[in-house]
Amino acid sequence: MLRKLTLTAMAALAFTAGAATAETEVEIHDFDFSFEGPFGSYDTMQLQRGLKIYTEVCAACHGLNRVSFRTLHDETGPALPEDQMRAYAANFEVFDKTLSDGAGDYRTATPADYYPESSLANAPDLSLMAKSRAGFHGPYGTGISQFINGMGGAEYLASLMDGYEEEPECAAEMETPMEGYYNVAFANGGFPDACKDEHGHHTVPGSWISMPQPLYGEDVEFDDGHENSLESESQDVAAFLMWAAEPKMTARKQAGLTGVIFLSVLSVLLYLTNKRIWAPHKNKLKD
Amino acid sequence: MAGIPHDHYEPKSGGEKWLHSRLPIVGLLHDAIFIPTPKNLNWMWIWGIVLVFTLVMQIATGVVLVMHYTPHVEMAFASVEHIMRDVNGGHMIRYFHANGASLFFVAVYLHIFRSLYYGSYKAPREVTWIIGMLMYLLMMGTAFMGYVLPWGQMSFHGTAVITGLFGAIPFIGESIQTWLLGAGAVGQPALNRFFSLHYLMPFILLGLTIVHIWAFHTTGNNNPTGVEVRRTSKEDAAKDTLPFWPYFVIKDLFALAIILAVFMAIVGFMPNYLGHPDNYVPANPLATPSHIVPEWYFLPFYAILRAFTGDVWVVQLVNWVTFGIVDAKFFGVLAMFGAIAVMAMAPWLDTSSVRSGRFRPTFKWYYALLCVDFVVLAWVGAQPAEFPYDWISLIAATYWFAYFLVILPLLGVMEKPLAAPATIEDDFNAHYAPTGGTKTIVNPAE
Repeated sequence: MLRKLTLTAMAALAFTAGAATAETEVEIHDFDFSFEGPFGSYDTMQLQRGLKIYTEVCAACHGLNRVSFRTLHDETGPALPEDQMRAYAANFEVFDKTLSDGAGDYRTATPADYYPESSLANAPDLSLMAKSRAGFHGPYGTGISQFINGMGGAEYLASLMDGYEEEPECAAEMETPMEGYYNVAFANGGFPDACKDEHGHHTVPGSWISMPQPLYGEDVEFDDGHENSLESESQDVAAFLMWAAEPKMTARKQAGLTGVIFLSVLSVLLYLTNKRIWAPHKNKLKD
Repeated sequence: MAGIPHDHYEPKSGGEKWLHSRLPIVGLLHDAIFIPTPKNLNWMWIWGIVLVFTLVMQIATGVVLVMHYTPHVEMAFASVEHIMRDVNGGHMIRYFHANGASLFFVAVYLHIFRSLYYGSYKAPREVTWIIGMLMYLLMMGTAFMGYVLPWGQMSFHGTAVITGLFGAIPFIGESIQTWLLGAGAVGQPALNRFFSLHYLMPFILLGLTIVHIWAFHTTGNNNPTGVEVRRTSKEDAAKDTLPFWPYFVIKDLFALAIILAVFMAIVGFMPNYLGHPDNYVPANPLATPSHIVPEWYFLPFYAILRAFTGDVWVVQLVNWVTFGIVDAKFFGVLAMFGAIAVMAMAPWLDTSSVRSGRFRPTFKWYYALLCVDFVVLAWVGAQPAEFPYDWISLIAATYWFAYFLVILPLLGVMEKPLAAPATIEDDFNAHYAPTGGTKTIVNPAE
């Protein structure tokens, strides 16, 4: 199920980014998500599990400001029943500028509202996280595998959740310890000189991230008793964030498929028409 | 319309005559649609239709996007997400528009390289070529400004880099940069004017498209042999040509349908393939992305821009001769615009008496190398500016200039071309049997 692939950030960024400075090796695992490929769609139950993890863990620090509560009811999304969605929205308080004669005040959220923003400056909004990170661009950085595997944003997020490890020896021996937490999937964090060789190349993968490890496994209990190991939770929350970033994916793929079929039929018809009208003018020479 | 002799529109009914004597618009359209077209055109002659279609698609989707977009630094990114999430079909319209830019450039590059091989730029089609080059420049400007509008990280920092190029112009550069941005740095004034120009320029492009078509309808299409259509009489011309409708319209539509099927697969299944993930992060002036790379269609010329660094002797020489006015940065800017300028000058740099590359045995190899060179430049433009990429880009950039400035002028004099067929009819008949209902069977009885 889980094909382990270690990809370097070099390869990950070579095509779109040019990899000017990305020397950090990161460990991104290639998971088989249900939404990969031209026919892939979101797994409703997985999105609901991811929603629960987001709500009980991530939401403590991170906002989801571009997602409205009503979309949780979407058939191709988490598909919460309407009453559940309304009850869920009512758990949140949002700031309404129109209240208190224009001074603004907090009120209970309605389905039309969006998730509140994070109040923490260094906790980025998660709405587009799965689209603003490309997990891999293989093979050879051409990105062709995107057709089958997607951009790897969800893979990156799942690998990040699952990427916290003990500090490597080179860093553990330092007098002033590194700030942050060692994560083998994180590329853009701090990195100690002690873990570089004489050419400046990193000797260990990943870097130090300021976010403490959010998931340890068994952080949430699912009503249906679904597995809640760290690996499973990481994938669930990554799938949910992929939906949050690209909620119209199913509609898009359906439109794409319809378009491709329609245009293929049209091109066959036009090919035959073209052949027919040109036939009197070009009788192919026979040997 | 002057040009190839053919039947013109004759108004028949009273109403048609009434309109024709006041506004000959039906006649104009008739002549344009039934224009005699060389019957030996190959599949590289389809890109014009693809480009017209793409321009119309970009304008149509763009007009709808504008209805929901807000050109404000605080709201632009959010309004694009509003289009992606809340507007009915908005995600499709935006992905069509964003990927449409790439389709546009794929088509224009193939269109340009078709002309470079078959000598379509040569007399008497220089004006068509020059207008085409202007359109290409406008396209690049439009695409660049369009990329700024979502106001993501790449939009913002890409704008800073590109407008910074103008800042490299000696003495007046900084003033030009400020004038372009409407301020000392990228911000609200830049977003406003780029939005305005991004809406305006496609319509100028549409106008130039009509002039471009008018110009080659006057000279007639080039064709793979480069041999002109016979204009001695209507009968002779008819042997070399077929009317645009239906023969070429249906052929072009067939090609267009296939291209759009591929386009639809990209929009439907991997719409962010050609984009940059960083542009899904809202613009933040304080955090510069680690890699700022232009969209793929700018990469060949971006590579030329970066190729001429301060340690190249030509750059040092020019720097010394101009008393330091032309530094490495400005040299790079000149090289980038110069690369397009030398291409625009091709009609006057190419000295060959033969138009089509098909009959130029040596030219073929240099042309093939130019195609490879273009791809190499595009690839190296996305690589970091370090060894060995700096050397590759320098060699590739040098070849680009050498092709236009040295090889084209010399080759025309030195090369011994092959004999071209006397007429288009001969070329066509070499592939297909002459018409006439019954097929001639080349199998004489013994």
